[in-house]
Amino acid sequence: MSDWRPSASLDTIAARAKLLHQLRAFFAVRGVMEVETPLLAQATVPDPNLEVFAVSADVTDASLYRFLQTSPEFAMKRLLAAGSGDIFQISKAFRKEESGRHHNPEFSLLEWYRVDWDHRMLIREVAELVCEVLGRTGWQVWTYRALFQEHLSIDLFDPNMGHRQLADIAQQRIGDLPLGLDYDATLALLMSHCIEPAISDWGVVFVTEFPVSQAALARTMAVDSGTVAARFECYIDGREVANGYWEQCDVAGLTAQFLADNEQRQQRGLPLRELDQRLLAAQAEGLPDCAGVALGVDRLLALQIGVSTLAETLSFDWHRA
Amino acid sequence: MANFSTNEFKSGLKVMLDGDPCSILENEFVKPGKGQAFNRVKLRNLKSGRVWERTFKSGDSLEGADVMDMTLEYSYTDGEFWYFMDPASYEQFGADRDAVGETAKWLKEQEQYEVTLYNGAPLAITPPNFIELAITETDPGLKGDTAQGGSKPATLSTGAVVRVPLFITEGEVIRIDTRSGEYVSRASRS
Repeated sequence: MSDWRPSASLDTIAARAKLLHQLRAFFAVRGVMEVETPLLAQATVPDPNLEVFAVSADVTDASLYRFLQTSPEFAMKRLLAAGSGDIFQISKAFRKEESGRHHNPEFSLLEWYRVDWDHRMLIREVAELVCEVLGRTGWQVWTYRALFQEHLSIDLFDPNMGHRQLADIAQQRIGDLPLGLDYDATLALLMSHCIEPAISDWGVVFVTEFPVSQAALARTMAVDSGTVAARFECYIDGREVANGYWEQCDVAGLTAQFLADNEQRQQRGLPLRELDQRLLAAQAEGLPDCAGVALGVDRLLALQIGVSTLAETLSFDWHRA
Repeated sequence: MANFSTNEFKSGLKVMLDGDPCSILENEFVKPGKGQAFNRVKLRNLKSGRVWERTFKSGDSLEGADVMDMTLEYSYTDGEFWYFMDPASYEQFGADRDAVGETAKWLKEQEQYEVTLYNGAPLAITPPNFIELAITETDPGLKGDTAQGGSKPATLSTGAVVRVPLFITEGEVIRIDTRSGEYVSRASRS
């Protein structure tokens, strides 16, 4: 059996150690405090596009589950509500069924929060971090709308550009489409099949002002053209590495998002998630105005050392773990 | 047949797509940040041989195809079907012209072939990479022209025509690469 050996080279394992040191130094200089939060928690995210590992965690009652965290977001927000101030964390996160060239079900996330910042300020800091780590010099910021106009000649704010028109364009570009794609899934398909390859030689690109239907846990805001989500994604050489929000602080808005997520889960026949009451209580008490971002450390390392698969950055990938 | 979900798709898995049996060549998981995840899949249509690229929503599933590969021995043809036999069970399988296709010109009795069965019937026949066949007809070669250059057509016992060096004569057995259809050498005498 030869797969006892690491999937990463020893040079890469050393590069990871150096990168972790670099990331911690970046935040130490900026006065952002490192924290740790639980990996096995009693609640999890209702996001219908995230599948979670449930672990039977009680010896007397096998029906009591704990969930391996898909990100440390909820726990870190509880720290923020308790008055922690700026915080960061480098931790493992777990997403079931996400396995492939750029995905490993167990992976490393760098997540951080900046109090009194909005997403635009945070975009600048993410840019500084990735440019420092990767030795890049510039970055671009595009709105979601402008990116679709530039590459697909689609104006998503055009009232005549509905789900059907979008699906027709996707079919022309991609061929036979999977059945049952809703509006956002069609956008996701165009993003992954058409736009990501088109920005693969653009270096560091931030996409911001997402459609409101893709706000997730970001607040919404008014811009000239209408209402958008104060969310951003960072793409480097066409690969998605980070997702950030100007956080939704309003507890009613957050509850509504969770309920909508659960409704989608129900429609898709997925198990419903109990809402994280501790998070909701913390937000009711008051989440300070803040922006937060989660960045894939393994993907950042892959870009830094120039390898094309995530497995090459991991000591032992999913199949060797 | 069982259903297979996208996370079970792997190279070599046989599934039904648009009514045809297909073999999965590649499966790539893609997810653009948050939102719907997809699997971009390359499949070979086992009937037409054509390669298809399709995108599925992660979690979608396809019905498995009742396809298996067996090593069978070629027996004979009655003009309509070509019969292959399982040397262990002596079971016979008749392959039609579509299944045999181009392989017809490399069919030699008692030789073993890779036969792809779909619902129990031959779907495709793959010949061994090298095969030895006798020459039934070729022009006499020119004397003294053995070293370089020059080739001539030769008809084989199966009816196939290949180009051979000028020194090869009628009745000789030669070795052919079935992938390129090219002469390799004289057959080793055994």
